[in-house]
Amino acid sequence: MTDAVSSHVEHADEAPVGETRSKARSLTYHVILCAASIVMLYPLLWMLASSFRPENEIFGNPSIWPSVFSLDAYVRGWNGLQVSFGTFYWNSLVIAVLSVIGNVMACSLAAFAFARLHFWGRNFWFALMLGTLMLPYHVTLIPQYILFLNLDWVNTILPLVVPKFLASDAFFIFLLVQFFRGIPRELDEAAMMDGCGPWRIYWKVILPLSVPALATAAVFTFIWTWDDFFAPLVYLNDISNYTVQLGLRGFVDSTGKSDWGALFAMSVLALLPIFIFFLLFQKLLIQGIATTGMKR
Amino acid sequence: MVAIRTMQPSIPERRSAVPVADKPSMRRRRTLPRSVHGYLFLLPWLLGFFGLTFGPTLASLYLSMTNYDLLSDPQWIGMENYVRIATADPKFVTSMKVTFFYVALSVPLKLGFALGVAMLLNKGIRGLPFYRAMFYLPSLLGASVAIAVLWRQIFGADGLVNAVAMALFGIQGPAWISDPDTALYTLVFLSVWQFGSPMIIFLAGLRQIPQDVYEAASLDGASKARQFWKITLPLLTPVIFFNGIVQTIDAFKAFTPAFIISEGTGGPIDSTLFYTLYLYQEAFAYFRMGYAAALAWILVVIIAIFTAVSFMTSRYWVHYDD
Repeated sequence: MTDAVSSHVEHADEAPVGETRSKARSLTYHVILCAASIVMLYPLLWMLASSFRPENEIFGNPSIWPSVFSLDAYVRGWNGLQVSFGTFYWNSLVIAVLSVIGNVMACSLAAFAFARLHFWGRNFWFALMLGTLMLPYHVTLIPQYILFLNLDWVNTILPLVVPKFLASDAFFIFLLVQFFRGIPRELDEAAMMDGCGPWRIYWKVILPLSVPALATAAVFTFIWTWDDFFAPLVYLNDISNYTVQLGLRGFVDSTGKSDWGALFAMSVLALLPIFIFFLLFQKLLIQGIATTGMKR
Repeated sequence: MVAIRTMQPSIPERRSAVPVADKPSMRRRRTLPRSVHGYLFLLPWLLGFFGLTFGPTLASLYLSMTNYDLLSDPQWIGMENYVRIATADPKFVTSMKVTFFYVALSVPLKLGFALGVAMLLNKGIRGLPFYRAMFYLPSLLGASVAIAVLWRQIFGADGLVNAVAMALFGIQGPAWISDPDTALYTLVFLSVWQFGSPMIIFLAGLRQIPQDVYEAASLDGASKARQFWKITLPLLTPVIFFNGIVQTIDAFKAFTPAFIISEGTGGPIDSTLFYTLYLYQEAFAYFRMGYAAALAWILVVIIAIFTAVSFMTSRYWVHYDD
């Protein structure tokens, strides 16, 4: 990827049009892009700044530098509901981590079957799996809710986590199938010669070679589950089971119009894990989108 | 890799140790249960498929023809739900209008921005990874409740947008969120703000276009605009097609921002009543499960028709290399 960039840059420099003109043009691009970046990120920076401001300075103040730096809003927000945000954080973390484990395990098992094993009906199941990618979750939502209600799972994390252990995010199966297919088959055959069965090939050959794809699946699963609002909204009713997203929404309803500072402070904290993932795995995220066309 | 390397040296030893007569039986043992192995690996997915997708899909079709409030048994009423939706449900009509307006406005704008910025970034400028990351960030964060909360403040009567307008131009702006004429536009704006991920896909697509095509075109005297219409756009149609389908389906399913901004009501005066929000209200506020299942099936049919039509018309406007 970086090779392509540098070759482009050299190309622009070598252009016979004249150095001053191409320099002026590249400066124009930088000015446009910088301005656009600032406009894009301005609301986020402003929210960050406002979360450190005293309440009376938030409104009507478009600056992104707080004149006073105070952590009051964070303290107010953290204990703003009858259950502290610490609980919501813990709940979200448990759900996200279990979802990551479930998704990576179940999806890689299914993907290995589709990519490497020969069995009766493989193409049929593969086509069905692709078909489920198209199905909006609204169709299965109501029967699933009734099912989980009858299992007495509503108001627990089970409806949010168990489906991941059953590879319900078929998108990741597809992603991993594509990746597994790129691993040379000679490696499997060599391992098979050595007496490895499919389980050991899966565990000792395919998985160790698929770390980038597994990491992509893990990171996206974490971010999507952390961000998910709809499923927790449907399944979690008790405030002590709330995720961060539900806690934030409860906060909007209870104090939304009176305490923006605290609301912003908790919003910043809700975004923080995603932002950290963005900083750590930026390249993985961007490549994941560029190569598989994920929606966000 | 490591695993294989440590394994390989053991091959000759093993071969000599295993009697030749054993080989055929080993091979049979390996091929026979292969189908079984396949299904064992597939087991979690199969359970999920039947228990969470296939079964519920059939159940949902049945429920859509019943009256069901979770308390008493479902009551079979045939096509009555669908008839009522089509003929006597003003909220359905409103939510359809809101959703189609949102899709029709936000998707082209979002893709337009995505393509425009991707083309700027593809000029071979320095610092591309930095800009790309900056433009991608809103796309990653945008679906959060926190961003919807922020949007409520920004477009409120005394929110950030009006504060900036006041500081720069001395204009007092309207209350964007609580005005039914403008509330939906704030959601369109929120969607367009997240142009980052289609932009990344466009950027990857633009990279695929060989540079010499442009060189040949400019030698022939084609202007930049002509090069865009005759080279960039046609060669990019597969990517436009893909992004268009993904973003449209996603826009049909939008829920969180409208829910947070309107506090779950779809207000003011149903102006942000997205279809999914209406479905949610029917199911989980009024517990009309049968009716909500029928609404869900209508959404499926709409998305299916849209996808089918896109694919059928694609051969007239999408150019593939081969």
